[in-house]
This record gives sequence, structure tokens and C-alpha cells, in this order.
Amino acid sequence: MGIRAANFRQLRFDKLSRAFGSMQALKDVDLTIEKGEFVALLGPSGCGKSTTLNILAGLTPATSGGIWLDSTRIDTLRPEQRGFGMVFQNYALFPHMSARANIGFGLKMRGAAKAEIARKVDEAIAMVRLQGQEDKLPGQLSGGQQQRVAIARAIVVEPPLVLMDEPLSNLDAKLRIEMRAEIRRIHNSLGATTIYVTHDQEEALSLADRIVVMREGAVRQIGAPDELYARPAHMDVAEFMGFRNRLAGKLTALEGERTSVSIGGATLSGVARAPMAVGDPIVVAARPEDMTVDAEAAASIPVTVTSCEFHGHAFLCGGVGSDGAEVWFRSGRRLALGAEARLGVDADKALVFPTRERPSP
Amino acid sequence: MTDAIWRPPLRARLAGRGVDSVTLLALPAVILLFALFVYPFGYGLWLSFTPKDGGALANYAKFFSDPFLYDTLSRTFWLAAPVTVLNVAAAIPTALRVRLVRRSRLLTTILVLPITLGTVLVAEGLLTYLGPQGWLNRVLMTLGLISHPLRLLHNYWGVFLSLFITGFPFAFLLTLSYVSGVDPALENAAATLGAGPRRRFWAILLPLLLPGLAITLCLSFVQAFSVFPSAVLLGAPAGPTRVISIAAYQAAFEDYDYSMASAIAIIMGVAQLAVVAMILAGRGLLYRGPAAGGKG
Amino acid sequence: MLQQASLSSRLWSLGVWVVMGLFVVNLLALIAAVVTSSFATRWLGTWLPAGWTLDWYGSAWREFQLADVLTVTFEIVALVVVLSGLIGVPAAYAMARRDFPGKRLVMLLFLLPLLVPPITYGIPLATVLYRTGLAGSMSGVVLANLAPTTPFVILVMIPYVEQIDPRVEAAARVFGANTPRLFVHVLLPLLLPGVLAALLLVLVRTLAMFELTFLTDGPTSQTLVVALYYAVFAAGVRAVQSIDAMAVIYMATSMVWLLIALRFVNPTQIVARARREPGR
Repeated sequence: MGIRAANFRQLRFDKLSRAFGSMQALKDVDLTIEKGEFVALLGPSGCGKSTTLNILAGLTPATSGGIWLDSTRIDTLRPEQRGFGMVFQNYALFPHMSARANIGFGLKMRGAAKAEIARKVDEAIAMVRLQGQEDKLPGQLSGGQQQRVAIARAIVVEPPLVLMDEPLSNLDAKLRIEMRAEIRRIHNSLGATTIYVTHDQEEALSLADRIVVMREGAVRQIGAPDELYARPAHMDVAEFMGFRNRLAGKLTALEGERTSVSIGGATLSGVARAPMAVGDPIVVAARPEDMTVDAEAAASIPVTVTSCEFHGHAFLCGGVGSDGAEVWFRSGRRLALGAEARLGVDADKALVFPTRERPSP
Repeated sequence: MTDAIWRPPLRARLAGRGVDSVTLLALPAVILLFALFVYPFGYGLWLSFTPKDGGALANYAKFFSDPFLYDTLSRTFWLAAPVTVLNVAAAIPTALRVRLVRRSRLLTTILVLPITLGTVLVAEGLLTYLGPQGWLNRVLMTLGLISHPLRLLHNYWGVFLSLFITGFPFAFLLTLSYVSGVDPALENAAATLGAGPRRRFWAILLPLLLPGLAITLCLSFVQAFSVFPSAVLLGAPAGPTRVISIAAYQAAFEDYDYSMASAIAIIMGVAQLAVVAMILAGRGLLYRGPAAGGKG
Repeated sequence: MLQQASLSSRLWSLGVWVVMGLFVVNLLALIAAVVTSSFATRWLGTWLPAGWTLDWYGSAWREFQLADVLTVTFEIVALVVVLSGLIGVPAAYAMARRDFPGKRLVMLLFLLPLLVPPITYGIPLATVLYRTGLAGSMSGVVLANLAPTTPFVILVMIPYVEQIDPRVEAAARVFGANTPRLFVHVLLPLLLPGVLAALLLVLVRTLAMFELTFLTDGPTSQTLVVALYYAVFAAGVRAVQSIDAMAVIYMATSMVWLLIALRFVNPTQIVARARREPGR
């Protein structure tokens, strides 16, 4: 493959902060990214992920802190001097230029020879599989095709870093899944380092080597997808990862990580995710698909069924526990409303958090 | 047995095509403007072909054979064209700068003043300000930039300046609205691809602004070409700044030759139309689509 | 927005601001020159007048019969504002809500008086008004001024109407409102800010509208701006300071209404963009 990404070893964010007036969009973000990684910045809107990307691209300045590419400080450079590739949320294709001209723009800015530009553009078009469409204007291309042009434009200059700002959010579901695979394939064959911003946890889990979960301007957890999926470090991260149930109770026993908690009269086993002491009020987080109807008396929670929805492979039911809390759980068959059910959960899949976490700085 | 084809009543048929009592609300306006705008033009056109003496084309022949009359066309053009180019050329960098400023309301209010106050007041102001003893000449002489006062009144330059003062804000406001319509993400994208400010302007902004600039040019030119009170008050209406609107006015209200006045008004309209057509023909060769770069 | 800039960028930026600053300074200076002159006892060959007085205002008031002129101006302007509102607002509603054959032609009819400068259509219009005997009186002046103001109201109001969700109107009809009641109870209250904006802008524009009034007026139907023109035109006969006093009175009138209008509108709406961007 003709296009290979430039070499560097490490990208480092050092206490990066950004304030808009009195609003802190980013608070002391520290992050290290190795060459070749696919890192996803994941979080709800307003968490600071797009701000981080914009600061990295040079489109907005940081209020304090810095960014280092190996030993070179880059946050003082203007965007046109940084040489990164960026795919924008709305693609930002130049509407008056053909796809080919769009893709070749970065090379033209660098003063490359016409023959070389043509060759590299052809390679990029082949890499994103857009052959046959290159002479059309963006307005004549479909959403997915525009997306490929945007990607080709970003990678043709062989940048050390490729930045992507929610590139799939404007596509329909089917196209999104197709393009996801394309993006990963291009990342692999390019050998690039990619930083990908998204609010969709499924996207992050499927694409990234490491995920950075952000919230309200701060980093909440960094880890590999499987780690984040199974062992979120904080309650808010767990909620974001699909741990919809929050069951309040008290810690009754603690051994290393293993815990026993008392919830609504029943005793459950779980995994502690933060320091806690016996007798502390705690919250157990569990995914609906991990809570099942289970007869074993001691380790199950009694609920009264309030709803039952058919989801194809199983039923997603809702119920109310003895303390009035809402619980969501899975059932193989439809349950009658008002019926009593006993729910159990695997100890490994029940995460125990202290009720009041230390507030984030 | 054949059934009669059922036709919906007239009201329903009209409503299907969008005509009902609500549509008729526009009727008074249509009638009013037809009477005040379309009819006078038609009447004026007919009137221009029925001169006091001579054949149908006598008025036009007279216009194009009398230097006192046809010179007004070139004089008006040499006044309107340069000031329009200046207005639009000055408006572009100004608009590009101002769109980055957040609290620009005070600035736009000040710039709107000449339009609000009107050409007559601006003319009176310039008569005081540009005089040989006026502040402008005093300041320039005190700074040592000139040794004799500049002759800016009752000549070409007074009118030129007046057209600039009233024309620039108009061009600026129009250009600002077009400039604000260009997606800022396009410039960001160009920057990440290595384009500095100058290249961003020439390669991205300007091509996308050209259609809007063409319209601004047309509207500004048409406005400048119709100059009237400034040419009389600040210029030399008998000579170098005898513009075509003065010729039309004199024909109507001094010679009471409405036929000739209509002919001159028609010629004026045609001249403006010709320039507008040329500019728009040039625009037709350029990109005319949306100024955003992809799915919104 | 891109913030960092190189030295040459900053210099260019500075240059643009300097030029704009010069424009503003000169503009304010020329206005100040008129104001200063109106308060001057005598002002010949010096930076500032020899002395200050308010007498010129009194003499201008009498000399130019400003009490009458102001009355006439406001009568004319009021009539123009009210009539263009009454005719224009319903028309804007129809244009915003209905699509009918020939709509583009009608839109063109409404656009043209704003694109064509007043003197170009003013001469034919004045000719017609003279032939029908309406010119030379207040009705002629009012009619002439309706030509640009009615389309202006329509063009300003159409976006305001489009902003109202048609389903709100549908709901009103479902619950029993006919068109007049729909207007009174639903539309006018919602459109009030837009109508206010449009009418204030018409007021400001008509005060400054010179050509149309000039071409159709008579001795008793001059607006202030036309009276000012005549005064400047015959400047040799009267004292400059007196004319400047009249100019200041005109300016004050205009500015008062402009400031009132600006509480409700954005300054750029005075220009009423003749073209709307696609999709805006």
C-alpha cells in the first residue's frame, strides 16, 4: 500500500484545560496515546470530547496545559502547521470542488507535484473504495460516499494522526455499521493513529483499542473495551455502559473484592469497585440482561412485575422491588402484570459502588 | 348505464390549486403594486413613443443626438461604476473581519446611519465638512499631508464621496449576510489540510462568495446609478456631474415634456438592466450551489 | 473559529480595522460638523465657531415653517405606515401559506420595487399621478410612498409568518375559528413583534425617502427631508447655520425613531435583504 502514516511514538496531553467564560469545558485532562492506537473519546454531549479534538487540531486554543508529540510541543502551532488529518462531523467537503479536488487539496497546499498528487489521490480513492465517483461534486454524492471522500481527504497526506469527530452520526443505521468496518479496515492498512469522538458506546466498543470515557470535562475512565464493558470504575460510567439497574442496599460482608450486600431483605454477592467498609450504604449496578428470573430464595430479590416487552430474543420486563425501586430484567417467557418474581444475578456481573462517590474535582 | 362524471365544485377545484379566500388576501397588494409600479412603466413606455413632435422614436433620437443628453449616460456610468467597485471591494475584507466579532451590533448601527439619515442629510453634512475651511481639509493640512485645501465640493469628488458613504454600508450589510452563510467548518477543514489564511480566502471563501458578490454588485450599481440629490447639491449639475436622473427630472418638471422624461427614464432603466445582465451572465458561469459542505 | 494568526494576518486585520475606523470617524465628523454649525453664532475659517447660540433653531423654525412641515410629515408617514401594514400583512400571510399558479410572478412583483431604485420608477409614477390629478397633494405623496413600503412589509413579514407552526392554525380551525377570528385571536398576537418591527422600519425609511416625495409633492405636502433639500438647494439666500439647524431637527427626528426601532429589530433588517439564502 502506497500510503503509510508518518512516524512518531507518543502523543501526550498534559493537564489540558479549556474554559469558555465561567464554564469549564475541560478540566486537567491527562492522556497518553501510543502510535498505531485507535482511541475513542466517549461520552454524552457536553462532556468535552469534541473540545479536546478541536484543541488537538488547533481550531480552538487551550486555556492551560499542553500537548506533546514525542518531545515537540504542538499546541502552540497553527492548525495548518500541524499536519493532522481530520474528518468533520458534517464532512465539510468543499462544495465547489470535485471529490478528486477535495481529496487532493491537502497535497496541493503542501506544494506537491501534479503527477504525485494524482497518483496519491488515486491510491486514496482506491483505499476508501470510491472508484468511479471521483469527478462528481459533493452535492451529487450520497451520504456514505461523501463520508468516504472526507476520509480519503484526511488520509491522503499520510498524517501522523487522524482525528474523527462523530463521522457516522449523520448516516442511517445500516450504513453506519458498514462504514464502521470500513473505518477500522482503513486504520489497520494505513497503520495510522486514530482518535475518534463519539457518543455511541456501541461504536466505541467495536472500533477502539482503548476507550476514554469523559463526562463534564473530565476523564472518568480509560481502558480497553472489554474492561470498560465488564468493569466500569464509577457509577456514571457504568450507567453509560448499559448498567441500567441501580439497587440501593447495605454492605454486609467484604473480602478483597468480593462482597455480600443486603438489598430489600435478600442477600446478593457482587464485586466491589471502590473502597468501602462493612455497613456502608451502597448501590449495586447490574445490566437488565444479566438479571434473570431465578427461584433460589436467599440470593434473589423479590419484585412485582409492572411491564413486559417482547424484544425478539427475550422479554425485557420491569418490576418494582419491596423498597419501591425500579428493576429491569430479562425473562424467557411473558410474565403476567402484578405477578411476583424472584430475580438473581451473577456475582461477577453485579458491581457494587458506594452510594456517595467523592465528587469529581 | 353511464354516470355523469362528478366534478367537484369550482371552489374545491380552485382550492386544490392553492386558490382560496386566504390567497385572495394578497389581491389588494397585487392590485396596488400593479397600479403603482407596473402600469406606470407600461404607460411611460407608451408615452415615450408618443413625443410632442416627430415620429415614434423621436424622443430616443433626440436623446442620442444631443450631447447634452447622451453625455449624461457616460457621466453617470463613470460615477457609478468606480464607486460600486470600491464599495464592494471594501465590503469584503470588512465583512470577513466583522463576522468574527461577537458584539457587532454597535458597529452595524453606526454603519446603518447613512442609510437611515438619507442622501440629503449626508450631502448637507459633506457641504460643511469637506469645504475649504471644513474639518477634513484642516486636519489634513495640520498633519502636513497637503498644502492647499482639496477641492472636494461642487465637482465629481463630492458626489463620489457621498455615494461611497451611503453605498458602502449597504454593500457591507449584504456581503456580511453572504459571508455568514458560508459554513465555518469549511475553513476549519482547509486549515487542517495546511491552508493558511490567504489560501483559505482565495481557494475556499471567494469561490463560494462569488454568486452573492455578483448580486451585491448589481444592487450597489443600480443604487449608485440612480444618484440624484447628491449630484445636485454636492456636484456640478450643469456640467461634470449632470447625471441621467437630472436629465429626466428636468424634462419632466422644467420642460413639462413628460414624453421625453419617460423616454429618459426608460433609457436609464435599460442601461441599469444591461449592466445587471452582464454581471449575472458572468455569475452564471460560476458555482451556484449551497455554501455548506455535506449533509447538514 | 480559528484564533491563532501569523504576523501578516494580524497586520492585515489591523489595517482593516483602521480603515473602518477612519470611515466611522469621518461619518461621525460630518454629522458633528452639521450639529456644531447649527449652534454657531458665526463660523468662518476657524476650527470651532466664534460663539454659541440657540437662535438659529428659532429662526429655522419660523423661516421654514417647521411646525407645519413636521405636522405634514407625520401625517404622511402615519398614513403610509398604516396603509402599507393593512395591505402588506395579509398579503405576506397569503404568500407564506399558499402556493398558487403564478406565485413566482407575484413574488417578482413584490420584489421589483425594492430592487429598482426609487427615481427610476418614480418618474413614470409621478407622471401617472400628475395625469390623474393626484400629484401635488398629500394623497399623491402617500400613494407614491406605498410603492416601496408595501413590498417591504411583505418581505419582512413572510419569515415571521413562516415561523408560526401551521398546525397551531389548524388547531384553531378545528376548534371553530374562521379566518377573521383566526387573525384576531391567534395570528395577530403571534405576529405582533414582526408587525411592530416592519412598521417601525417603514417609518424610518419613509422619513428618509426623498425621491418619491420630491417628485410628487406640492407646496403643502412636503416632508421634512424634501423641505431640507429645498433649503440646501437655495442655500445662497439663507444662512447656512439656519439650514444646519433644520438638518439637526431632521436628524433628531430620524434618530429618535431609529433608536426606538432598534429595540425591536436588528440593524441589518433596515436593508431588508432582497434575496433569501436557500434553506434559511
